[in-house]
Amino acid sequence: MMRTSTGLVEGREQDERCPVRVDAEVLLRRREGAYWLLSFAAPQIALRARPGQFLNIAVGAPGTLLRRPFSIARVSRQGAAAGTIDVVFDAHGPGTEWLTHVELHDFIDVIGPLGNGFPLPQRKVSCLLVGGGYGAAPLFYLARELTDRQFRVDMIVGAATGDRLLSPLETKSLSVTASFTTEDGSYGHRGRVTDVMDDVISSTNTGVVYACGPNPMLNAVSRVCAERGIPVQVAVEERMACGIGVCFTCTMPMRAKDGTIRMRRTCIDGPVLNGARIAWDHTRYDVAAPNIETEPPPNTVALLEPSEAPAESFTTSRIRRWDDEAQEWM
Amino acid sequence: MAHDLTTRVGRLRLSNPIMSASGCFASGMEVDQFYNVAELGAVVAKSVTLKPREGLPVPRMVETPSGMLNAIGLQNPGIKAWIERDHAWLCERGATVVVSIAGSSVDEFRQVARHLRRLAGIAAIEINLSCPNVDHPGLVFAYSPDASAEVVAAVVREADVPVFAKLTSDVTDIVDIAGAVADAGVDGVTLINTVLGMKIDAVTGRPELHNGLGGLSGPAIHPVAVRNIYQVHQALPDLPIIGCGGVRTVQDVVEMLRAGSSAVQIGTSTFVDPFIGKRMQVQLADWMTQHQIKSVQHLVGAVNEWPIPEPERKRR
Repeated sequence: MMRTSTGLVEGREQDERCPVRVDAEVLLRRREGAYWLLSFAAPQIALRARPGQFLNIAVGAPGTLLRRPFSIARVSRQGAAAGTIDVVFDAHGPGTEWLTHVELHDFIDVIGPLGNGFPLPQRKVSCLLVGGGYGAAPLFYLARELTDRQFRVDMIVGAATGDRLLSPLETKSLSVTASFTTEDGSYGHRGRVTDVMDDVISSTNTGVVYACGPNPMLNAVSRVCAERGIPVQVAVEERMACGIGVCFTCTMPMRAKDGTIRMRRTCIDGPVLNGARIAWDHTRYDVAAPNIETEPPPNTVALLEPSEAPAESFTTSRIRRWDDEAQEWM
Repeated sequence: MAHDLTTRVGRLRLSNPIMSASGCFASGMEVDQFYNVAELGAVVAKSVTLKPREGLPVPRMVETPSGMLNAIGLQNPGIKAWIERDHAWLCERGATVVVSIAGSSVDEFRQVARHLRRLAGIAAIEINLSCPNVDHPGLVFAYSPDASAEVVAAVVREADVPVFAKLTSDVTDIVDIAGAVADAGVDGVTLINTVLGMKIDAVTGRPELHNGLGGLSGPAIHPVAVRNIYQVHQALPDLPIIGCGGVRTVQDVVEMLRAGSSAVQIGTSTFVDPFIGKRMQVQLADWMTQHQIKSVQHLVGAVNEWPIPEPERKRR
């Protein structure tokens, strides 16, 4: 435990694979289209963070108990803003609403970075990043990291309406081609992201897809990728109590190699998961699945065997992953 | 002032009274990312069954005022994998390990307990009696003194370490159940498990949990836990108690000790503050210094009666 210029830091500070808790000073709070952007100083988290990882922020709204998870939209490691982190969110509940009222120079209680981020492509391919709503936020962070490593980046960003498209200008500046879809047609193509995916994949020779957004969208994106045989990594969103792997509430059914279905914690095995391995037909995000409410996934599965080789994941976690899903995805 | 944090819960001796609560600490290695979990009085791991279980579909959790409801469905790797992986890690870490066992029949409890025989590095067994009983659909063992006693007797016969029974508050008379498991041979009881609850989405009319019902935990249930501990301690003063339910502050810890528990488990608060187990130890030591309490054991059961008013005293 030590006090720095930015406030209290708790955790295994010497071990960069471990998340820490930081009292982070709020440096910026502003509207970002229909959303909110919060920027705060958390150098110990910025040092550790990878695209696709998330933060758990304590909120003080009356009657609330749990922290709220936020994906990381931007990390600054250099320049005047070094050590700052941005998150983008929609004020749709008492917790996020509370966060829209924090004052500049207030300290907020942040734990991170948590979870596994997006794994980098294992071959030199062009990357298509597909985002929905404020779910596009971590893709901006990913786009910068991919571009820095000389990967071609194309982006598709969709939303219900034009004002809910996250940062169209930034999307354009970060990608070779940028496509936009809105369900009401107020900006870009009228329709959904999957309506333009085929064209973009063909014209850009997409080798891998990264997606983040509402789970039904991730299901649809995974389906398009499956049809075209393209590897896909998706950052899922599931109701979470702890964010650190202890409560087992945020699980997603994943199909193991032997065909069994295993419930994986999205906070610690995800939030980035291999979209091709998610058993969407066992989730409520699969509109085609019959009677999903009355037919829960099978309950008996093979033993969870540890895998020997470390996962090729874009992560800092020192928790061993017990699945094989992460390693073979391209 | 030197203070003594050590405590005894029956035959179980602990370096300090702060334990993790089962189901809120997974295997232990997750929280160990934040601090050394061997510093806890004991680590109570997530309940383990005979075979691996994948649990219930989501949504498994919903936040409620000052609490949360959950219905996980005992997701766990099964006793064999737990011993090979989780237990091995906890031993390597040097943690004091309490293994929480679950089952859907008396025989399953017995078989899980048998796997733990002659296994080094187990300090105690905690029986999770809030499991659905396949022989009595719709009921959990902990609702019935007879069913609870039957499980306890089967586990005690197999076990070579102290055995604790974790009870639910969702019964007419907690003393009745506690008495039954005491007679069946437990070393002590853990009070309490989550409180059965439900939340329905006003707009869709659907339960917020896929399972419909779920267990309520968090600060909302703390007074319920204190009441149960107090009642059992008053009725059965020789039965060791581990307190559990909504502990969030050092005052909550002291309150549970005073009500009659010899150790205190921390559950849902770990979700909010991963460091809370360590924090409570430090704060308890400070609290004891401030209030000139030399030993944790002096606090156990230290409830003072209200003074009797003069008119009433005359009537007696």
